[in-house]
Amino acid sequence: MGSEAEEKAKKSETSGIATAYLVLYNVVLCAGWLSIGAISVRHYVQTKSIEGLYDNIELPLKVFQTAAVLEIFHCAVGIVRSSAFLTGMQVFSRVFIVWGVTHSVLEVQDEPSVALYVICWTITEIIRYAFYTFGLLNQLPYILTWLRYTLFIVLYPCGVIGELWTTYNALPHVQRTGLYSVSLPNDYNISFDFYKILIIWMFLYIPFFPRLFSHMLHQRRKVIGGQGGKKTN
Amino acid sequence: MHSIVLTYCTQTLPTAKQVLTAEYPLSSIMEISILSASSSKPICKVANLKTSSTIADVKTQFHSQKKSSYPTRQSYRLEPKGKSLKDDQTLGSLGLRNGSKLYYKDLGPQVGWTTVFLTEYFGPLVIYLIFYARPGFIYGEDAASQPRELVVHVAAACWTFHYAKRLLETIFVHRFSHATMPILNIFKNSGYYWGFAAFVSYFINHPLYTPPYYGNVQMYSGLAGFVVNLLFCHQFAEYGNWRIHIALRDLRPPGTKERRIPKATGDPMTFLFNLVTCPNYTYEAIAWVSFTVMTQCVPALMFGVAGFVQMAIWAKGKHRNYLKEFKDYPRGRKCIVPFLI
Repeated sequence: MGSEAEEKAKKSETSGIATAYLVLYNVVLCAGWLSIGAISVRHYVQTKSIEGLYDNIELPLKVFQTAAVLEIFHCAVGIVRSSAFLTGMQVFSRVFIVWGVTHSVLEVQDEPSVALYVICWTITEIIRYAFYTFGLLNQLPYILTWLRYTLFIVLYPCGVIGELWTTYNALPHVQRTGLYSVSLPNDYNISFDFYKILIIWMFLYIPFFPRLFSHMLHQRRKVIGGQGGKKTN
Repeated sequence: MHSIVLTYCTQTLPTAKQVLTAEYPLSSIMEISILSASSSKPICKVANLKTSSTIADVKTQFHSQKKSSYPTRQSYRLEPKGKSLKDDQTLGSLGLRNGSKLYYKDLGPQVGWTTVFLTEYFGPLVIYLIFYARPGFIYGEDAASQPRELVVHVAAACWTFHYAKRLLETIFVHRFSHATMPILNIFKNSGYYWGFAAFVSYFINHPLYTPPYYGNVQMYSGLAGFVVNLLFCHQFAEYGNWRIHIALRDLRPPGTKERRIPKATGDPMTFLFNLVTCPNYTYEAIAWVSFTVMTQCVPALMFGVAGFVQMAIWAKGKHRNYLKEFKDYPRGRKCIVPFLI
């Protein structure tokens, strides 16, 4: 009995630490994406162009998008109750677009497609991390919940268009330079064609995008759409 | 489909409340209510049971009421999210009495293990040999006429032998304690084996294939590992694997599901049982390491690693079960890699 009570106390203590850690994580990530947003706005106001935008936001974009890998661990460890698999897919696709495509193919960095996904991601992430932070502190204003579960209807598809368009823009350059590709013959008897991988990658959006999007719609119905959900049915 | 069955049942049978409050005479004949494990709604009642009746009897009776749910498709538990009960458990031993409840879960369409195994092993055999023939639509017009290294032929022979052996084992040696598995498995398993077979054989049979760095020495040592291991250890990778299957089969007396602790028999090939719970997996892993050494092909290595991870997971599960089942299970025995894992 005594040990059970101790265990319970220990559990609530760790969850206290976990909450503190998660608040810190979400505050930092929210601030990070705010800075990306602020730099982007300043850049556009100063130059009236999206050219050179990526150069300006490159570092914070890489840092804060890569940091999201921690979210997979949060789910896996259980301090965030969300599917580690779905989170993993989302984070991995973003990280791949940042490092595997945009970072790797210099020629696409000034394309409007990059600006498109950066804008969508930035708005989404500022709201999402603010939502988590206030939620953890039990101070969640309804407007934040509403924005979190509404804006994605537009921002998520637009972001995906930006990602796919960027990948598409990268294709000819990857084909021409043979980037990250290994061809036969070699001592390891394996070949790897990054160009084909990118094409397969783009096709993978077909099964996965509807799944993630409908997951979000489902969440929306659960969280804010009690009546709205019934109406649409 | 499922909801139709539920509605049908709730209309024609008493509700859960009625079942619970009804008083049954204290007789040896029992009636059990079957509830859906997912919704806890009553499905139907199974009558004419005794304390000595088994879960298998419940399944038969349920099947006679619901024609589409053949016994192997059914799973029962005491709690909605509890553990699936075994066929030979009696109602008495589970503490079930007249009017008690059982939760039913539909496992979905089932397919025999033999069918799944034959499908998943037949694919690699055929696929590998297609690539071995170097058809023009894969490698280009004159690929078939270009010279092949000796190792390409040897690898094809090893591969063919391996899968032919597995097919024969499935037909003649294995006795499966579970008769069926969900039909989805046939696609999952076949996807894995067929996909990897294409991936590995594409590169080994490629006209631009590079033979092993150390030439024939490397090829023959790989071949030796695949066919014969050190004479003293009696670790015949392939042959040993076969003998372990026979030894395992003999543990399970024909027509029963009884289990005994596997031990090394007089057959020296089974000595690995002294070191690991799943020596057949150990031999399987050695076979693929050898195949990789022989062909010096990274896809073969990837196939081996993927297989090893999966086998290690299975071996750990089996090891845990044995530890739970037998109190006197040998302490020093590991799961798949002697002394380590």
